[in-house]
Amino acid sequence: MWKWLHPYAKSEQAFRLCGRLLPWLSISAGLILGVGIVWGLAYAPSDYQQGDSFRIIYIHVPSAILSMGVYSVMAISALIGLVWQIRTATMAVAAIAPVGAVLTFIALFTGAAWGKPMWGTWWVWDARLTSELILLFLYLGVMALYQSFDDKQQGGKAAGVMALVGVVNLPIIHYSVEWWNTLHQGATITKFGKPSIAPEMLWPLLLCILGLALVSAAIGLYRFQTELMRREIHRPWVKALAGDGRTQENSNAI
Amino acid sequence: MQFDSWSAFWAMGGYGFFVWLAFGISLLALIGLILQSRLARKHVLRALLDEQKRQARIQASRHQQQGSKL
Repeated sequence: MWKWLHPYAKSEQAFRLCGRLLPWLSISAGLILGVGIVWGLAYAPSDYQQGDSFRIIYIHVPSAILSMGVYSVMAISALIGLVWQIRTATMAVAAIAPVGAVLTFIALFTGAAWGKPMWGTWWVWDARLTSELILLFLYLGVMALYQSFDDKQQGGKAAGVMALVGVVNLPIIHYSVEWWNTLHQGATITKFGKPSIAPEMLWPLLLCILGLALVSAAIGLYRFQTELMRREIHRPWVKALAGDGRTQENSNAI
Repeated sequence: MQFDSWSAFWAMGGYGFFVWLAFGISLLALIGLILQSRLARKHVLRALLDEQKRQARIQASRHQQQGSKL
C-alpha cells in the first residue's frame, strides 16, 4: 500500500522531489510569514496588560513551538534511519539540526527580550527556560556528534541515538509550566478547548506559526539537498549536477 | 493600523527597544542560517567541480603516458 513511497528513499529521487517543492515552499513561506508579522506588529490590538510589548509573541511563540516541532521531525528521521537503515533519513537528521538550533536560539532570545520589560529580568533558571536551553544543547550535541565522525554513516547513527534520547525533553518543556511553579505563563493556544486569546490576536499568530514552519521546511529541504550531494559526491547523479546551473539558483527567496 | 504615526509605531508604546531587539535579532539569525546554507551548498558544488577536474587531469596524463610508451 505504501510502496509508492519507497522510491523517495533513494537519494536521487529525494533530491528531485526537494527541488520541485522548494520554490513553492519558499514563496509561500515568505508571503505568509510577512503578512503574519506585519499584521501582528501593526494591526493587532495591543494587550490590555502588557501594552505593545506583547507583540514579541508573534516571533516568540512560533519559534518556540517550532523548536519542538522540528525536534520531533528530526527524532522521527533518526528513528527511521536507525530502525530501517535508510541512509537518507540520517542525512535529514544532519540537515534539520541546525534549523532547529536557530529556532531554539530565537525562542530563547526573544523570550529574554520579553522577560526584561515584563518580569524585570532577562533570564531566570526556572523549568520552562532551563528545559528550552537544554533543547538548544541537544541540537548542538546532535550537530557536533555528526561532525565529529569522519565516517558519516557512523556519525549519523550516533547523532540519531542522541536525537532519540533527547525526545524525553519535549514533554518536559511542554508541561514544565504545569508541573513546576514558574514565571512563565501557561499555554495560550495549545490548551484543549477554547484558546484564551482574542481572535484578532490569534489569527496573525497562527499565520506567523504557519509561515515560520514553511520557512523552516524550506531551509531544511535545501540543507537536506546539500547533505545528499555532499554524501554522494562520487555518484553519477551528483556528478551530472555539476554542469546544471539550477542547483545554484535553487535557494530560497527570503 | 493600531498606531497613529510612524514614530508611534517605532516606539511601540515605550517598549520599542525590546520589541525591535527581539525581531531584529530573530531576522538576523534567520538570514545567517540562510547564508550559511547557501555557503555550504557552494562549498559542495566547488568540491564537485574540483573532483571532476582532477578526474579529467588523471585521464589526460594516462593518455599521455600511454602515448609516450608507444
